[in-house]
Amino acid sequence: MATTGTPTNITQGSKTKGGIGESTLRPDGTLKVTGEFAYSSDMWHEDMLWGHTLRSTVAHAEIRSIDVSEALAMSGVYAVLTYDDLPTEVKNYGLEIQDTPVLAHGKVRHHGEPVAIVAADHPETARRAAAKIKIDYAELPLITDEASATAPDAILVHENRDDHHIGHVPHPNIVHRQPIVRGDADEAAKRADVIVKGEYTFGMQDQAFLGPESGLAVPSEDGGVELYVATQWLHSDLRQIAPVLGLPEEKVRMTLSGVGGAFGGREDLSMQIHACLLALRTGKPVKIVYNRFESFFGHVHRHPAKLYYEHGATKDGKLTHMKCKIVLDGGAYASASPAVVGNASSLSVGPYVIEDVDIEAIALYSNNPPCGAMRGFGAVQACFAYEAQMDKLAAKLDMDPVEFRQLNAMEQGTLLPTGQPVDSPAPVAELLRRVKTRPLPPEQQWLAAGEQADVRALPGGLSNTTHGEGVVRGVGYAVGIKNVGFSEGFDDYSTARVRMEVVGGEPVATVHTAMAEVGQGGVTVHAQIARTELGVTQVTIQPADTQVGSAGSTSASRQTYVTGGAVKNTCENVREKVLEIGRRKFGSYHPAWATAELLLEGGKVVTDGGEVLADLVDVLEDEAVDLELEWRHRPTEAFDLRTGQGNGHVQYSFAAHRAVVEVDTELGLVKVVELAVAQDVGKALNPLSVVGQIQGGTTQGLGVAVMEEIIVDPKTAKVRNPSFTDYLIPTILDTPTIPVDVLELADDHAPYGLRGIGEAPTLSSTPAVLAAIRNATGLELNRTPVRPEHLTGT
Amino acid sequence: MRVNFTVNGRKQEADDVWEGESLLYVLRERMGLPGSKNACEQGECGSCTVRLDGVPVCSCLVAAGQVEGREVVTVEGLADFAQQRSASGCATGACGTTLQDARQWSAQGTDSQTGEGAELSPIQQAFIDAGAVQCGFCTPGLLVAADELLERNAEPSDADIREALSGNLCRCTGYEKILDAVRLAAARQEETV
Ligand code: FES
Ligand code: FES
Repeated sequence: MATTGTPTNITQGSKTKGGIGESTLRPDGTLKVTGEFAYSSDMWHEDMLWGHTLRSTVAHAEIRSIDVSEALAMSGVYAVLTYDDLPTEVKNYGLEIQDTPVLAHGKVRHHGEPVAIVAADHPETARRAAAKIKIDYAELPLITDEASATAPDAILVHENRDDHHIGHVPHPNIVHRQPIVRGDADEAAKRADVIVKGEYTFGMQDQAFLGPESGLAVPSEDGGVELYVATQWLHSDLRQIAPVLGLPEEKVRMTLSGVGGAFGGREDLSMQIHACLLALRTGKPVKIVYNRFESFFGHVHRHPAKLYYEHGATKDGKLTHMKCKIVLDGGAYASASPAVVGNASSLSVGPYVIEDVDIEAIALYSNNPPCGAMRGFGAVQACFAYEAQMDKLAAKLDMDPVEFRQLNAMEQGTLLPTGQPVDSPAPVAELLRRVKTRPLPPEQQWLAAGEQADVRALPGGLSNTTHGEGVVRGVGYAVGIKNVGFSEGFDDYSTARVRMEVVGGEPVATVHTAMAEVGQGGVTVHAQIARTELGVTQVTIQPADTQVGSAGSTSASRQTYVTGGAVKNTCENVREKVLEIGRRKFGSYHPAWATAELLLEGGKVVTDGGEVLADLVDVLEDEAVDLELEWRHRPTEAFDLRTGQGNGHVQYSFAAHRAVVEVDTELGLVKVVELAVAQDVGKALNPLSVVGQIQGGTTQGLGVAVMEEIIVDPKTAKVRNPSFTDYLIPTILDTPTIPVDVLELADDHAPYGLRGIGEAPTLSSTPAVLAAIRNATGLELNRTPVRPEHLTGT
Repeated sequence: MRVNFTVNGRKQEADDVWEGESLLYVLRERMGLPGSKNACEQGECGSCTVRLDGVPVCSCLVAAGQVEGREVVTVEGLADFAQQRSASGCATGACGTTLQDARQWSAQGTDSQTGEGAELSPIQQAFIDAGAVQCGFCTPGLLVAADELLERNAEPSDADIREALSGNLCRCTGYEKILDAVRLAAARQEETV
């Protein structure tokens, strides 16, 4: 195997298999298809108890009293905890603003807020015990929209705000406000030949990941706790959990357990602190698994929004100006609202050139369910509105909607409304061209299978509501821009530990990061990067935990960029160390050791000319190289709080969609026939996963276009549909074929030129479907999701 | 209550089962078979799909007591189940599983608890190869449903696949690659005949 002796053989090195650019398969695939992969809800420990959360049945109320005596007296119940049982003075947590109580104290601010927690020996016992807790609520008036939130005498959702946004918001019920003013929109409006205004409503969407919030907390001997949990960012959780438990961070050891999807819904804590509190109180392992009903209360949702837009254009189709106001409902607690405001405002213009803009985005505090991160993060709501505006303008100018967009499309170098130049390729016009020039699916595609209509391919599907009569087709387009990574000056770094050694006669690399694998495929890509940089086939990916430095969040399309970048950077440093060892041992045998650019490929040290200098096994022998390094992308800066100017973003990603729909106009049923997408991914590290991400994101956008919405009763602020019976996500029958056209225009600032990809396809999917339905029906349709009653006027 | 039934070919006995406990709970929490997933526990998502005497069911909707004396196949037993089926001359998949077959089937030579030593069934391999697994939470239920489809219908059309899998939600993939996987498994099945 190993070539010893004179390592100067001049065979050609072979490229390492399974490196970047290949569609390598998931390392966890076999475990996942055999049912062996341990998700957070699968954790089990001998002698473990089950936790359950009692949640508020009202949206806004003073808590007069809580009586847990009956619950505590039940056999099989080990602990019942309320606010009074919290061990330290720190009783709140939060991503940016610590305004979220671990357990409600004094009052509840939204329907479903956790009030008490129970540990018992059977989940049903825990549920029954929770039901025996008596709470005396004195209901308070509700804040449910902008008018009720900002009324001069409005009751305050948070009485004693002291966060750093309070100084610049016009009302304490506004979490954050970001204006952006550039040029002079009023002056530019005078040049407009046509002006269109629109008022748009974006419904509250839910991440609806399939794996419920769950995890297992195990008390440890040193008085600390081990937590196995599904999350998007272990270190962010740790930072919020430890102070509430009154423990130093080293005593809270977190390990990522299998994550069944996330989409932003696991950025905030859910059951983490509760399970730890119960474990520490009872001295026993405690498992908490939310059921689907509870899951709808256990995580934040996508901000519902009202968007007021005005655009102008000259008669030859050039945009003159844009004014908008975006009102996001953040619900009872801040969560990620400030950052969502930053995104919504800075991306409110979309991928277009408009020099004169007047923008304002705000997020409200209200008694609605808390809203925070979800795939697309503020850019989704804006894209829905500006794309509808583009169609309106094109129609008014009697122009083709795609040509109109192309005429105004941004390019590399275009300034965002924040004054920041887009300094990497921005192929907006090209992406639109690609989706537009695809052949359309055949007319009356339901006949494609034969003479007889296949009802499964018609609106209404198997319910047999139509055989094709009354069905009209529409085609719609949309394109969007999404920032990648955390913006506005956030220190968005990641850490990777890489070890290289010989195991069983083979060079092996081990990669250890705290990156949360939530299904996106980071584990696959990390192995590919290590193979490419270190020339080894065998790569072990260590489970993510807090024994290694932070990887940042698996969100904002940033993980492949930032943690991928960290793995690449650490591997490069490991490679240097390996080469140093090689030079020390074999440097005298061949001059190339000192003079040539050396690579590791196919288990060998090779020159850039492909000449093999040594086998890695001979270089390393029983030495190991082991490094843990942090890695940062270029810094960003905060937006000015008055003008919104600032280089706030790191990178952008672009996607365009063409939707083809068929609508049964009598019943208002929509069948999306095809949803074609073109996206620039910079460099596809794993083409198979790239396509999977784009299709998945597209489907979530389709969902919010035609079916997904958490319905909050405006009179009571209670959630009406917390179940998969009533909150509908697309099934395989609702989802069309999604042809994907991938462009790879490298971003020179990013590792391998890659672009974050996960979110962009969620942006333009929704407005494309809406545009297609408008095209089919001629209706205006200013809200999403579109329901049958909006199409039939009933 | 005590429940006796067969899971992946092994006789199992569950004691002290509460009346309200579902088959899903018994499999996951009492048998140590967490492969069937708990995404809604309301019969809406299909993540918990298992075969009960050959018929795909949402195990969250089956009361544990209902399985007394019956035969359950979970994702953990899928590979053996598929192997057994092809060994018995059902490689075309067109013969279906009779109740009798379902009762006689048993796991051989592998540990149905961990799946260790098990070869993957064609549909399992196809899910991996086609990139149909992302977070994978929907995967066990989809595999059980897709395997049953291919047993009934060796050459399903896309519409057939969509219809058969319409009870299984997936939030990650957009389903396209799941369709690819089922087509791939069907094509490979065809080749081996
Ligand atoms: S868990 Fe049984 S159908 Fe969802
Ligand atoms: S792969 Fe995540 S739900 Fe299907």
